[in-house]
Amino acid sequence: MINISGIHEGFVLDHIQAGMSLRIYHDLKLDQLDCTVAIIKNARSSKMGKKDILKVECPIESLDLTILGFIDHNITVNVIKDDTVVSKMELHLPKQVKNVITCKNPRCITSIEQGLDQIFLLTDEKRQIYRCKYCEEKYRSSAR
Amino acid sequence: MRHLMSPLDFSVDELDRLLDLADDIGQNPQKYAHACSGKKLATCFYEPSTRTRLSFEAAMLNLGGSVLGFSSADSSSAAKGESVSDTIRVISCYADICAMRHPKEGAPLVASQKSLIPVINAGDGGHQHPTQTLTDLLTIRSLKGHLGDLTIGLCGDLKFGRTVHSLINALIRYPGIRFVLISPEELRIPSYIREDVLTANNIPFTEAERLEDVMPDLDILYMTRVQKERFFNEEDYVRLKDFYILTKAKMDLARRDMLVLHPLPRVNEISVEVDDDPRAAYFRQAQYGVYVRMALILTLLEIEVSG
Repeated sequence: MINISGIHEGFVLDHIQAGMSLRIYHDLKLDQLDCTVAIIKNARSSKMGKKDILKVECPIESLDLTILGFIDHNITVNVIKDDTVVSKMELHLPKQVKNVITCKNPRCITSIEQGLDQIFLLTDEKRQIYRCKYCEEKYRSSAR
Repeated sequence: MRHLMSPLDFSVDELDRLLDLADDIGQNPQKYAHACSGKKLATCFYEPSTRTRLSFEAAMLNLGGSVLGFSSADSSSAAKGESVSDTIRVISCYADICAMRHPKEGAPLVASQKSLIPVINAGDGGHQHPTQTLTDLLTIRSLKGHLGDLTIGLCGDLKFGRTVHSLINALIRYPGIRFVLISPEELRIPSYIREDVLTANNIPFTEAERLEDVMPDLDILYMTRVQKERFFNEEDYVRLKDFYILTKAKMDLARRDMLVLHPLPRVNEISVEVDDDPRAAYFRQAQYGVYVRMALILTLLEIEVSG
């Protein structure tokens, strides 16, 4: 068992599907943030069997977690301040997803236009359908 | 400043006003002959399209404006690798309004985000072709007198035909619309239209494989071309192709006031013997296309013509 110390201020992202922590690390752009991050892979979980955990030591206002709702709304987000959990954040599907996924439609303008943001819009919240803002192609998670 | 990317960009009320204006233009062309004097339309066509480009140009010339542009990517700065965003910034300095056709889906939307002038989507790949839909709506309304309470037969390639998908999306906003979808199994309407649009909005529709079986039921027959390359094998194509060719014999089964529409170009899906039938409206449709583009240019340039 590896022991990783608690954090003073920041987030603990728990119940991440095993193997997904590195994707989340990149999607949250933690590589660009000057902060301490612990990535715990394949931790034992009574609920999930195996899970990943991310611990991020940073000022809580410095990180936008909106995208987590798109990646996996089952992740538990604990907000830490002064060494204690002050709240649990509820995750929702974001209305817009910018530069996280790319459009796979070869006929889409995003395939050739330089410097164009990859933007997907939530077009059907009930069925969790996102479509490319430009060509309206449906996003399929397996295409990523 | 407004652009036109999709036929649904206009509310039903706005569409009614646009079609009213197009009606008035058709009846009083002289009134509008100088409405766009001093204004320039840029036709930025990254792929050839004789009909749509000339229709836009005729529309602007009829309004007393002038036209500049290019008719293929080869003769534009795109051949040098310029982005759509950069091109439209430059075109914004040359013209007052732009009609853009591009083989890439969403290109006109990208242009509209950077443009200083209104941008009209004149067709972006297999995605949208809103002025064709506006043309279809004006033709139906002008010749039938209304857009609701109609049985519309859509025939041919219903799977890939963007004009058909756009028309369905536009027409379901009117009450009493029923569809008869006539196509071979291979080219049936996609499920995202059948389920997400028709079923989800409780729009009555039936599907048929043979045109002659449903001819007597129709108020409008909207023909599209069945292309050989869409079939998996030659046998199926040969077996089915004649069902989707409109002939005089099939017209004899139709109502006396039914109308035949077609986005054109027609290849062989409507026999030339049908052209002289008063119910054949596809060439008049091209004329309505000019009127509706004139109305669109005036609307987007916010030019009002009084009297």
